[in-house]
Parts: sequence; structure tokens; C-alpha cells
Amino acid sequence: MILVLAVIGALLVGAFLLVIAGANPIVAYRAMLVGPFSSRYGLTETLVKTTPLLLVALGIIIAFRSGILNIGAEGQMMIGALCGTAFALAFPNLHGAILLPATILVSFLGGAFWGGIPGWLKAKLNVNEILSTIMLNSIAWQLMIYFLRGPMIDPKERSYGTGVPQTQQLPHQVWLGRLLPRTRLHWGIIIAIGLAVLVYIFLWRTSLGYKMRAVGAQKEAARYAGMPVERLLVLAMALSGGFAGMAGMIEVLGIHHRLMDGISAGYGFSGIVAALFGQLHPLGAIPASFLFGALMLGADMMQRAVAIPAAIVFTIQGLVVLFVVGTDIFIRRPDFAQRLFRRRRPAARKEGA
Amino acid sequence: MFAQLLHPDVIIGILATGVRLATPFLLAALGEMFAQRSGVYNLGVEGVMMMGAFSGFWVTLTTGSPWLGVLAALLIGAVMGLLMAFISVTLQAEQGISGIGLYMFGWGLAGFLFRLLVGYVTSVDGFHDIPLPGLSRIPVLGTVFFDHNWMVYFSYLLIPITWYILFKTTWGLKVRAVGVTPEAADTLGVSVARIRYTCVIIGSMLAGMAGAFLTLGHTNMYADNITAGRGFIAVALVYFGRWTPLGIAGGALLFSTVDALQLWIQVLGIDIPYEFPVMAPYVLTIIVLALVSGRIWQPAALGRPFDREG
Repeated sequence: MILVLAVIGALLVGAFLLVIAGANPIVAYRAMLVGPFSSRYGLTETLVKTTPLLLVALGIIIAFRSGILNIGAEGQMMIGALCGTAFALAFPNLHGAILLPATILVSFLGGAFWGGIPGWLKAKLNVNEILSTIMLNSIAWQLMIYFLRGPMIDPKERSYGTGVPQTQQLPHQVWLGRLLPRTRLHWGIIIAIGLAVLVYIFLWRTSLGYKMRAVGAQKEAARYAGMPVERLLVLAMALSGGFAGMAGMIEVLGIHHRLMDGISAGYGFSGIVAALFGQLHPLGAIPASFLFGALMLGADMMQRAVAIPAAIVFTIQGLVVLFVVGTDIFIRRPDFAQRLFRRRRPAARKEGA
Repeated sequence: MFAQLLHPDVIIGILATGVRLATPFLLAALGEMFAQRSGVYNLGVEGVMMMGAFSGFWVTLTTGSPWLGVLAALLIGAVMGLLMAFISVTLQAEQGISGIGLYMFGWGLAGFLFRLLVGYVTSVDGFHDIPLPGLSRIPVLGTVFFDHNWMVYFSYLLIPITWYILFKTTWGLKVRAVGVTPEAADTLGVSVARIRYTCVIIGSMLAGMAGAFLTLGHTNMYADNITAGRGFIAVALVYFGRWTPLGIAGGALLFSTVDALQLWIQVLGIDIPYEFPVMAPYVLTIIVLALVSGRIWQPAALGRPFDREG
């Protein structure tokens, strides 16, 4: 209920911005909120955007549930996609049945490595993981651009002299099949939903998942109970990064068929929003990712309909985050609303409390 | 191939750029220092800086006055600080995540407004350098230290000013008390909420000003992602500087010199892929955090909301 209010609140503030911008918010929001659901194109494209969002969100959930904030999914997506792409290009003659899972595995490992670094820094040296993951995002981006402009550039770009920073096309046998003809909807969404169920089972039905949640809920108590807190933190970040890495690779395998700049497209941050909105629950993340996928697509449609820059979607997502964390206290403390609006009592009253 | 970097003129250029580029770090980090000293961890600095950069630029573009631009950046900073304070102090939200929310909000809004209100690359007439009479004539030192615009001088003046406020005034004592033992401060009649609101708002105003420096005192134009992570680095600098103005100033100069060095490497066209010098400040941030984070002391109540009624 509060979550619905959070989205409505964010959209209202967004409407206010639209009015200031001189646009008709009703027309704009109609394009944004109805567009994604009113056609085959809209629905399938929403699902296309849902896929990386959900994968990133699953990783975020594993990390947050273990008490470590992973803001580095953008970079982990890039490194994962970079590793997977390099692998697939290195073995173009392998059979798809081997190459496809191996490529996804390599992307998972690449993302896991990139996520493991801040996990290790946190566990061993107490480095704030938010700052280190943000820095690693910037580093990953520069690394990816370096490889795309240099060692891994499509030979055609070099010979034509165009120099667009992208790799050559991946061998056809690793492309993910399309679920519906004449759409971009690919198998990625099925993989992502399957993994959401697996993450749920992992976190709530295995002892390792239980330990990770215990570390997230009460770190010192978990340590006291003999759990290897540091190792669990590194593992959580590595798993988290691995999911982001897969998200990047599946974008490549399902849509672009080559690695290019802009592969992460803000999914790393939007995935955080989807994870929070899904109550940090793997199954809750499914509808949440669908909702924010629709919001992202809707923003593109709105841009075409009323020439409002799609950047507003990042603003609205930021507002959703603020509303969700800001209203959390009303859930944690049912009496908070009354207290907030009650007149301040004199300090003396506190003696008895 | 790095021989060009050792040319005296280039060295002076790098140092002068370094002194100048310390300004956004100083403004944002000294501001964030107040917020963190009072116990609030504002990670939204980057978003506030983006909004400061845009609003300063846009107001200057439309009015022709960079002074109004800075004023706008300060106001926007105050409003965003108020929002952050409301969420993290009054609503007691998780500060790491709300900071990320504020970042996304500010970053997205700046890009949105730029496309909507400007939409093309253009430059503004920002602040001009004011060579300090006499001092700027000193060979080498004059160019490095005394030939900058007022925002640069102001940011360096803030080092002793913030030190004095934090360590020599009653208010500074209250700020430090609130950041360590809010319960005790509250018992002694200090309003924890008011101190925290004030500190977060001051910090956010300085972050807005840091953003305005980038568009009005440095590049004289606005571009997407013009802050390039400097807001986050500023937060890291507060750790690096152990929550003291002098430590923060040292860190700011270290980072700005690295920043200047990587800019000059690009300008001189030294033949290494430009991605690597661009990476340098981010790599340095991680190294520095790894070196300083193990040490123990930090404001004990940092990141912990205070609830009078338990």
C-alpha cells in the first residue's frame, strides 16, 4: 500500500516537473503509462527491458540481504559482458550447446570478480562499499571503452576507418532465440524468471542462504554464532556481481549480438530501484522489474509523444527510492505517523519514557 | 614519451590546474564534513553537484550574471539538503540508500532540464581570474597560487574558517557532540534534529556551489556528467581527511593534482590510451580508502538516525 503511494507520490512530483517544463502531464503520462501496455510492441519491449532489470535486481537483493550495498552493478554488467564477449569471440567454432552456457558462465565469473573486489575490500579493510563500487563503475566503463576502441574493435570498423567502439558480431550459435517472431523478445526473460525462483530457494531454503541473511540481519550475532562473516560478505558481493555480469551478457546475446558502449544503459541503478520496490524479495522483484521496465519504455515513448527528455525517468526513479526509504519508518513503527504530527512535547516528558 | 611532462612550463601548468581543480573537492568535501560530523552521511553530493552545475549554468545563460548563477546553485543546494535532511533525520531513513536516491534524482533532473531548457552545447561568460596584486607577480608561485577566480580563493579560505567553526565555537562543539553521542547532547538540551538539518543543508549548499564552480569557474559550459564522480570522491575525501579540514584539504590537493595530471596528459596528446589517465583518480580513491579505512575513529553516530523516543 505504502509502495503504491510511493509511486503515485513520485509520479505526482514528476507531473509537477512536467508542468514546469510546459508539457501537458496528462498527455505525457498517457504516453508513458498506457503506451507500454497497449500494443504487442509495447508489451514485448517492456519484457525486453524487464530482463536485465530483474537480473541486476536479483544480485542487488543477495547483497542487500547480506547487509552490503552493491551500487556497482553498472560496472559489473560491463565487465561481465566484456569477459563473456571476449570468450565467445575466442571460440567461434564451438557448438552452441557448449558455447552459450560457457559464455554466460564466463560473464558471471567476470561480474563476480568485479563485485568481489569491493566485497573483499569491505571484509578485510572495512572500505565503504558504496564508494568503492561507484569508483569501480567508472573504472569498468573506461576499461570497456579501451577494449572496444583498441584490442577488441570490430576489424571492419578499423578497415572502414569509422572507428565506432564496438566488437564484431558474435557467432550465430550463441545468439539467444526470439520467443516471438518480429519482436526483440528473447529467451533472456525466461532465464531471468527461472533464476529469480532459484535465488528465492537459495536465500530461504539453503543453509548458506540462511547464513548470508543472518549476516545481513545481525552481523555481530552471526559472528558470535561462529559464521565466517567476512567470507560470506565477499561471497555475497561476488554472487551479486555475477548476476549483474550475466545481465550485461544476456543483453549482448539477446539483442545487440555484439558488445558496444552503453550496454548498461542505467540498468545498474534502475535495478536497485526494482530490488527495493520488490521489498528485496526475489519473487517481488519480478513484478517490480516489469513495472520499471514499463516505466523506462514509457519514458522513451513519452519522449517521442511530447518531446520530453527521457532522462526524467532517472529523476522519477530517484524519487521512488526516496519515497520508499522515506516511508519505511511508517511500516517499521506503526505509531510514527501520529508522533510526527503530534505537537512537540516539552523535553521534560522524556524523563518518564 | 613522458619527457614533455617535465618541461617547466608544463609542470607549472599542472600545478596551477591542480590548485584550481581542488576547489570543487574542497567545497563539497568541507560541506560534507559538517554533515558527517553531525552524524548524517549524505551520499547524494554528486546529484546536488550536478544540479548546482546546471542551475548555475542556466541562470548565467539566461541572466548574464554568474553571481546570480552561484546564488541559484546555493538555493538549489539548500532545497536538496532540506529534502535529504527531512528523509534522513525526520524520517530516519537508511542513509546510504537515500543518498543514492538523491543522487539519481539530481543527476536525472539536471540532464532532463538541460535537454529541455538548453538542448545544445554553448558556453557562458563565467568568472574571470583575479590576479592578486603583488602576489601574482612572484615567479612560478604567482601563477600557481595567485591567479585564479574568486571561487578558488574562497574555497581555500574555507579551510581555516571551517576549522575555526568546528573546533573553536560553541556551535561546532554541539555539531561534534551530536555526531558522537546524540543522546547525551539531547539530554543537555541541544536539538539534535536542528543541528543535523543545519549541517546537511550547509553541506548541500557547498556541494551546489562546487557544481557551479565547474560550469562557471572552470569550463564555462555544461555537459552531461560534468561532475564525473567528483561528488563521490568528495565523500571519500572526508574519510581520507579524518573529518578534519586540514586533512580534507591535503586530500583535495592530492586528488586535484592527479586530476590535473590526467587532463594535461590528454591535452599534450601523450601516446597512451586516454582511458588510463581518466581512470587514475578513481583508482586512487579506492587505494586511499583501503589505506585509511582500517583506522578506527569516526563520528560514532555516523549513519545512525536519532529517535528521541527510542
